[in-house]
Amino acid sequence: MATAQPGLWKRHEIFEKNSIILLIGALLVVAIGGLVEITPLFYLKSTVEKVEGVRPYTPLELAGRNIYIREGCYLCHSQMVRPMRDEIERYGHFSLAAESMYDHPFQWGSKRTGPDLARVGGKYSDQWHREHLKDPRAVVPASIMPAYAFLDRPLDADAIADDLKANRALGVPYTDEMIALARTDLKAQLDPDGAGAADLQRRYPGATVRDFGGDKGKAAEIDALVVYLQVLGTMVDFKIYEDKKNLR
Amino acid sequence: MAATPASKYMTEGEVGLSLALLTGAFLCALASARAVDAPFSVHMGVFALAAVAGIAAILKRYEGRSVEAPPQEIDGKPNYNIGPIKFTAVAAMAWGITGFLVGCIIAFQLWAPSLNLGLEYASFGRLRPLHTSAVIFAFGGNVLIGTSFYVVQRTCRARLAGELAPWFVVLGYNLFIVVAGTGYLMGVTQSKEYAEPEWYADLWLTVVWVAYLLVFLATLRKRTEPHIFVANWFYLAFIVTIAMLHIVNNLAMPVSFLGSKSYPMFAGVQDALIQWWYGHNAVGFFLTAGFLAIMYYFVPKRAERPIYSYRLSIIHFWALIFMYIWAGPHHLHYTALPDWAQTLGMTFSIMLWMPSWGGMINGLMTLSGAWDKLRTDPVLRFMVVSLAFYGMATFEGPMMSIKAVNSLSHYTDWTIGHVHSGALGWVAYISFGALYCLVPWLWNRREVYSLKLVEWHFWVSTLGIVLYITSMWVAGIMQGLMWRAYNALGFLEYSFVETVEAMQPYYLVRALGGVLFLIGGLIMAYNLVMTIAGKTAVESKPLPGGEVLPGTVGLAPAE
Amino acid sequence: MTYENASAFAQTSGLLYFVGIFLAVILYAFWPRNRARFDAAAHLPLIED
Repeated sequence: MATAQPGLWKRHEIFEKNSIILLIGALLVVAIGGLVEITPLFYLKSTVEKVEGVRPYTPLELAGRNIYIREGCYLCHSQMVRPMRDEIERYGHFSLAAESMYDHPFQWGSKRTGPDLARVGGKYSDQWHREHLKDPRAVVPASIMPAYAFLDRPLDADAIADDLKANRALGVPYTDEMIALARTDLKAQLDPDGAGAADLQRRYPGATVRDFGGDKGKAAEIDALVVYLQVLGTMVDFKIYEDKKNLR
Repeated sequence: MAATPASKYMTEGEVGLSLALLTGAFLCALASARAVDAPFSVHMGVFALAAVAGIAAILKRYEGRSVEAPPQEIDGKPNYNIGPIKFTAVAAMAWGITGFLVGCIIAFQLWAPSLNLGLEYASFGRLRPLHTSAVIFAFGGNVLIGTSFYVVQRTCRARLAGELAPWFVVLGYNLFIVVAGTGYLMGVTQSKEYAEPEWYADLWLTVVWVAYLLVFLATLRKRTEPHIFVANWFYLAFIVTIAMLHIVNNLAMPVSFLGSKSYPMFAGVQDALIQWWYGHNAVGFFLTAGFLAIMYYFVPKRAERPIYSYRLSIIHFWALIFMYIWAGPHHLHYTALPDWAQTLGMTFSIMLWMPSWGGMINGLMTLSGAWDKLRTDPVLRFMVVSLAFYGMATFEGPMMSIKAVNSLSHYTDWTIGHVHSGALGWVAYISFGALYCLVPWLWNRREVYSLKLVEWHFWVSTLGIVLYITSMWVAGIMQGLMWRAYNALGFLEYSFVETVEAMQPYYLVRALGGVLFLIGGLIMAYNLVMTIAGKTAVESKPLPGGEVLPGTVGLAPAE
Repeated sequence: MTYENASAFAQTSGLLYFVGIFLAVILYAFWPRNRARFDAAAHLPLIED
């Protein structure tokens, strides 16, 4: 049928350009939607509230967060309390954008096969978390969470300073001191009697230093994960936070 | 390269790609040896081996090929390039079965968590991305690449551009899948749903995807037909938009260039919106636009009549790509995302109902006057039922994007049910229909091995879908209502774990529905393998529209 | 950039933008001269060779 006849050639040339026009048209159309929705989030001051208390994660918290990500916890646990009566009563104050301003990546989640964890910090004891992670059904008989007994292996975080550096490059305010002393701080958070505890808390105001139920001196993956879970939702003091100021 | 006619030389492409692969193999082997973590070392080793295998394949191909490049036309007919398409058809079958199987495993784990045997590699959190990536990107992706290469050649009446490039796209894409999938098992993930692969896999996919775009565009430019058929518009929008989404959502800072871990560039609320702008448009452009392209070619082809309204298809195209891109924020209703963005997302999601149904009607009405074919042709039935599911899912979606409805449905298994009515009913069914058409065409068979087995596949998997989505609807709505239930004293009625307990029977029904769907997939694989092997089952019915002579349907000149 | 400015701009220009694009697509699809081309294109999948 349409084998190119010589007479058609001229007309054909115009159409040849159509694929590029189509490409550019489609790209423009889809780019505009994204631009209009996304860019204001970086420029509108009201996007992230001004809140006291939110600080970068300590090296150990960050290492724990990386285990949380590695094991795909976000697939069953959200970290985003919505402003509804039942959620606030069940989980606590609704989540603020400021609370995840240093979260690369965000962990809001999309599914609650298990409960929300945005404010799980301080709700349970360290020992409860350890038992629960090791064998969830020993603590909550009807739980369907996988057992994470394998997390008792040593934490590999010798290069944690590099993690802090990568975060700083993306805008998280880690100081030179924090980066230089990242490995010291990582160990110090598990040792309340150690010399580094006070320094750690000066660098990371409000950070908790205790043994978190583990062997001090030998940081295991489960220690880091428990430290991370225990800091979730505890950075902002909601006794002094005013909702009204930040209505958007 | 001034060659005497008789002697054979390697083309610039062959030499260039071999050198590039050689360099790549060397660099990857070096990176593997010096890696700072085990998964990165494994993956660089895989890349190095793949590069060496690629060089071997180029040399072997060179040895076997004739002196001249394959002709663009044979006897005035385009000499279609079908080798890479055959590969995607087989890969899609294999990945489909894998993805369905992993889905069944994790579905049973939610019913009985000890089924992960306490192994870290089999825990839900690591298998779930494997399931989603295997079905969406491995199964769906191979179907999309394969059908797009087929449709673009046929409707442009031109041979696919490039000789090595299409193979590079197909094999490179499947290499990406292998690296992504094994990475999840080893805990390599950046935790962005449907964009879990880490930075090095993302970079590789970017290279492959750009090659895909270039092959597709170059083939469009070679066309001997004046018009670009509308299916190609959808394919092009799918390829371009996925490229844009993939690059923006995966911007990240690696901790070390010799390690797997990276931190995404954006944080918190901005990261959330960019992720769901990506996530929803992975649905919109990967799982919708791409598969609508399949509909616009395969439904008319199988029904042997032109699309109901070509004008409607043009309006459908522009309206769909215009609106989809805005809908992402409906994944973030009532979160810390500013209200204006949520409202914007909801508005566009509701408006999307119209173009979606426009497309569905266009596909369904193509059969007007030929509805009887549904009774006799199970392949066409797969495609028509897929359109019905598409219509259902694209009604349910806008409804769930209304904030009041979303406050109940979000975080529950209702969402999972909704996704699967679209994924199983629409995406998988239109893919099955396309594969049942494509495999006989590619291997020069008159028809699939057994239409009766297609019937079985259809009914077994339909029953599976019904079990799946009804159980998840009931369970999800129940879950949402239990979370917000109050007792007479004004306290929350249920603890969280009570709502988990209540889900158990529904999780079992869902898993059984999944098993039926998997069985259907196995029936298809058997049927297609027998088709490729050239077997003919005795009970095969005559070809729909019986007058077609054996071998003329989709007969492609050999390469 | 305040929220008020941004929303006023988005609402007015957005309306014009979408109406404009929609009209352009409708015109293109229904332009009488395009009819023959579209009819020919619609038959592309059915051509055998």
